Amino acid sequence: MTEKSSPQSSSAPASSKNSAPSKLEQKPRSFGQLALRQFLQHRMAVVGLAILLVILILVIFAPLFTQYSPTDMVLRDRFQPPSASHWFGTDDLGRDMWTRVWYGGRISLSVGLLSMATAIAIGTLIGLISGFFGGWSDAILMRITEIFLSIPRLFVLIVLTTFLRKLDLPWARAGSFWPIALVIGVLAWMTVARLVRGDTMSLRQQEFVQAAVMIGASNRRILFRHILPNVTSSIIVAATLGLAGAIITESGLSYLGFGVQLPTPTWGNMLSNTQNQMTTAPWTAIFPGMMIFITVIAINFIGDGLRDALDPYRVERG
Amino acid sequence: MAEYLLRRFLQAVFTLLIISMIIFGLISAVPGGIMNAYEDNPDITKEDYARLRAKYGLDDPVPVRYVKWLGNLAQGDWGNSFVSKRPAIEEIGDRLPNTLLLMGVSLFFTLAIAIPLGIYSALKQYSVIDLVLTTLALAGQSLPVFWFGLLLIIVFSVSLQAPGGGPLLPGSGMRTPGEAFNLWDLIRHMILPVTMLSLVSAAGYMRYMRASMLEVIHKDYVRTARGKGLPENLVMTRHALRNALIPIITLVGLDLPYLFGGAIFTETIFAWPGIGRLFFDAALKTDYPVLMAVLMIFSALIIVSSVLVDLIYTAIDPRITLS
Repeated sequence: MTEKSSPQSSSAPASSKNSAPSKLEQKPRSFGQLALRQFLQHRMAVVGLAILLVILILVIFAPLFTQYSPTDMVLRDRFQPPSASHWFGTDDLGRDMWTRVWYGGRISLSVGLLSMATAIAIGTLIGLISGFFGGWSDAILMRITEIFLSIPRLFVLIVLTTFLRKLDLPWARAGSFWPIALVIGVLAWMTVARLVRGDTMSLRQQEFVQAAVMIGASNRRILFRHILPNVTSSIIVAATLGLAGAIITESGLSYLGFGVQLPTPTWGNMLSNTQNQMTTAPWTAIFPGMMIFITVIAINFIGDGLRDALDPYRVERG
Repeated sequence: MAEYLLRRFLQAVFTLLIISMIIFGLISAVPGGIMNAYEDNPDITKEDYARLRAKYGLDDPVPVRYVKWLGNLAQGDWGNSFVSKRPAIEEIGDRLPNTLLLMGVSLFFTLAIAIPLGIYSALKQYSVIDLVLTTLALAGQSLPVFWFGLLLIIVFSVSLQAPGGGPLLPGSGMRTPGEAFNLWDLIRHMILPVTMLSLVSAAGYMRYMRASMLEVIHKDYVRTARGKGLPENLVMTRHALRNALIPIITLVGLDLPYLFGGAIFTETIFAWPGIGRLFFDAALKTDYPVLMAVLMIFSALIIVSSVLVDLIYTAIDPRITLS
C-alpha cells in the first residue's frame, strides 16, 4: 500500500464477497471514516466544534436574535450595564453590545476565513512547486520565503493597512474588510509553504509518483492529482491553526485602529476605545474580547482533534 | 566558520535591501503623510507649500528618494523625524533600552514558567495535572494578548485597591509622575506588562517543551542510560533534558519578531515609552524616517538572531555542522 487515499475522495473498499466473514475480520473502513471516529473520540475537539457551530449560527442569523440595530445610536441609553433588555450592556454611543458582538463576528470571521484561504493558496502553490521541481526554482522560492519570515509582521501590517486606507481606492473603502484580510494572508503563508514543500519532497520519491512520471503524466497532473491529495491532511490542520491566528491578528490590528474602520463593528475595533471607559463601563471591554477568546480556543481544540485524526500513522494503528 | 559567517552576512545585506525597497516604496506611495498638516492650513500659501515639499525632498520620484535615503544611511544618517525634527536614530536610542528591559524580563519569566511546567507535563503524561496544564496552555495560546492586558488593568488597577488607597498596581507608564526614580517604583510598573507578555507566550513554549521532552524520552540513548543503571533523575537531567532543550532555543530565536509585535500592544496599552509605542505614533502620523528606521532595525535584529541561533546550535549539538 503505497498511496494513502485522501479524506475526501476515499470510500470504503468493497469487502470480498466470496470469503465468509469470520469473527476476527474487522469491517474495512476508509481513511475518512477512521479519521471521523478518531476525531469524535477527542472530547475537547467535539466541544470546540459544538461551540463554533453555535457561534456561527448566532453570527449568520444575527438579525433573528436581536431587536436592535448594530449601528443606530441611542444617546440617552449610553453605558447601560448588562440587563434584561441589553444582555451585554450598551457602549459609549448607546448601541446594544449583544447586537454588535454578533454583527462584528460576521466581519471578524470573514476576515479570518479569507486571510486563511489566501495564506493556504499561496503557501500550497509555492510549497508544491518548490518541493516538486527542486533546483533553481526551489532555491529562489525558499529565499523569498526567508525574506518574508524576516519581516517584522505586525509592524509591516500596520504600514500596509495605513497605505491601503490612505490610497482611498473605490474598491477598498474604509469599513470594507477584504483588503485587510488579503494583506494578513499575504504575510502568513510561509509556514504552509515549508510544510507542503517537505511533504512534496518525500512524496516525489514514492513509487506511485514515479509511476505517474513513467507513463508520461504532465507535471500539472502529477502535482494536482497525485501529490496534492496526499498533502491535504497537513493543509487542513495548518488551515485550522491559520484561521485562529488570522482572527487574533485582525482583532489586534483593529484594536490598534489600523484594521477594519468604525462604524463597521469587529471584535477587535469594538475594543479599541474601551480603555478610557474601563472605570465606568468595564463590560464594553469584556464581551468582545471574550468572543475572540472563545472562538479561537474552539478552533484550536478542533485543530488539535484534526491533527490526531488525520495522522496516517495513528489511523493505521487504530 | 568564517566562510559561513561571510555568506550569512551577504545574505542578510541582500535580504535587508529587498525589505527596505518594498517598505520604502509602500510608505512613499501613501498620499498626504507629513504634508497633510499643511494642506488645509489657511496660513500657508501655495509657494510655502511647494517650498516645504521641496525641503522634505518629496518632489523627487520614489526611486531617487530611495537612493538618497540609502546613501544617507550608508553615512550613518537615518534622517530626521518629521514630527519632533530630531534624528530618527536618537528617538530610537532613547526608547530602545525601555523596550529591551521589558522584553528581556518578560522572556526570562516566560522561560522560567514554560520550561519546568513543560517538563513536568511530559514526565507525567496523561495525568490529571498534565491534562490541566495542556488545556491551560491551549487557552493561553488562544488569548488575544491585548485583551488580556485590558483585563489585567480592569482587575488590578481599577477594581482592586491598595491598602493605602489608590490602585493596587499602576496600569500605565514606567514611573509615578512627580516621583524621583526608584527601583521599587519601576518594578511595580513592570508587573502588569510583564505578566501580560510572559503568561501568554509561556503557553506556547510549554506545549513545545512538553512535545520535545516526550520525543526525547523515547529515544534509544535514554533507554541505554537507564539500561546501564543510571538513577532516573540523572537520566532525565543529563540525557533527556539537555537534548530536549535544543529545539526550544531555535524557537526563542525564531519567535523574536512576534515578541517585538507584542511590544506594540504592551507599550500602547500600558503607555510604556518604548519602540513599539514610538512606531505606533509614527504610523499614525506617517512619520516615515522613524517608520523606516524602526522597521530596518527590527528586520536586522531578526536576521542577526537567526544567525545567532545557528551558532548556538552548533555549539551545543555536535551532530550539527555549519555548511
